[in-house]
Amino acid sequence: MNSLDFSIALQAWPYLWSGLLFSLALTAVAFVVGLVLGTCLALVQHFEVPVIGRLVRGYVALMRSIPLILVLFWFFFLVPIVLGHLGGNGRPVPIGATWTAFITFGLFEAAYYSEIIRVGLRAVNRGQFEACQALALSTFDTYRSVILPQVLRVASPIILSQTIILFQDTSLVYVLSLTDLLGAASKLAQLNGRLVEMYLVIAVVYLAISSAASQCVASLRKRYAIAGMRR
Amino acid sequence: MFAVLLEQTADGQRYIDWLLSGLGWTLALAFFGWWIAFAVGVVVGIGRTVQNRAVAALARLYVEIFRNIPVLVQMFLWYFVLPEILPVSLGNAIKQIPPPWGSFFPALVCLGLYTAARIAEQVRAGIEALPRGQVEAASALGLGGYPTYRYVIVPQALRLIIPSLTSEVMGIYKNTSVALTIGLMELTAQARQISEATFQTFTAFGAATLIYLALALIAYQGMALIDRAVRIPGTGRADDAARQAAPRAAEQLDALPDAMEVVK
Repeated sequence: MNSLDFSIALQAWPYLWSGLLFSLALTAVAFVVGLVLGTCLALVQHFEVPVIGRLVRGYVALMRSIPLILVLFWFFFLVPIVLGHLGGNGRPVPIGATWTAFITFGLFEAAYYSEIIRVGLRAVNRGQFEACQALALSTFDTYRSVILPQVLRVASPIILSQTIILFQDTSLVYVLSLTDLLGAASKLAQLNGRLVEMYLVIAVVYLAISSAASQCVASLRKRYAIAGMRR
Repeated sequence: MFAVLLEQTADGQRYIDWLLSGLGWTLALAFFGWWIAFAVGVVVGIGRTVQNRAVAALARLYVEIFRNIPVLVQMFLWYFVLPEILPVSLGNAIKQIPPPWGSFFPALVCLGLYTAARIAEQVRAGIEALPRGQVEAASALGLGGYPTYRYVIVPQALRLIIPSLTSEVMGIYKNTSVALTIGLMELTAQARQISEATFQTFTAFGAATLIYLALALIAYQGMALIDRAVRIPGTGRADDAARQAAPRAAEQLDALPDAMEVVK
């Protein structure tokens, strides 16, 4: 091994940057889709909707019990088949690895976010529901204006911590040969043979982003520590 | 549906043997990785809470580094980068380790140290959740720093965090699948290989999924068993202390119940 040469990483930066943008885009989409869908899943469980509530519970438990890599493989295989059936002619619709990644991460993270929100819903003081009833709010208004804002606020540090984990997990799209930050580094490393520099540089990039984000979450947690709900 | 698993493979085994061998590697990685993670995690977690600034800073640095780099990147650092930055002879010796051990050991170290950072945070949270009176009572009895930790703080803190350690146990067995990226033929890798050899993707992934589900159930039940077994008689629920210390809602959110509780 000759001496380390980090100028190679500087030359490679535009490519790494585009990889990082993909990682961030995947994180953002999975966050939005996951949180919206996760809230719906949590509400379905919260209202104990017959049959669907149980199915959702099973789905969440399944997603949380098997490795994300296996979930990626599953979706890569299943989504084209499901789309084919939805399209009517039953022939699998190839959608490519990029779409697979976005769909998988959205649906996978929904399971994790829903669990956070479900517990948050359980923690809301009964008096809040009674007060809404006394004010004759409809169920929809009760949840939209009173309950969910409180749940989201008190759960926000945990939701954000989960999002940092999500950002790190996006590196697993490597198994689909996508060009996220890690994928970009590994493709360059194969071309220029500088895998030590490449992997060290992206490790530092991941470290910097995740740890800056963790600091923000920690200060947020401190700020809202007392303002949260109590029983 | 699973009949294909009993068919002969090209190398004279049956496909189910591939799966079982994958399961063996997954279990070995998770089991031995866990003990590394637990040992290092408890030490680092204690380090986060001691008075000595230098020790606390070092422990914090450890947690920051190992928790904020994706586990897959850490896997590559141990597997590809470490042999290159060590002295040449040592690096070459590492590269000479025959497969599958050449993949197994980096994966073991990687998962152990990664999970240790997460356990350390749980240990720290457990220690901080203990009422201050415990430390004060220990020092009133004339106990020094070490005996206080050894006999008063750590035994209570570890009991307190057993429920949240359950999710770390589930985390480490799920993360073993990341080792397939450095060529270890664990469960997920074997499922993919069977799918490629037989085109029975549904069967191959389905079998792996069922095995993972069974492992999750075992991990969950096992931890619940340990929780009950080590509970101090007469204290009721082991996490009563935490319940008093933290506001209810925040506490419930921090100790998210694991998915398997839902299945039960």
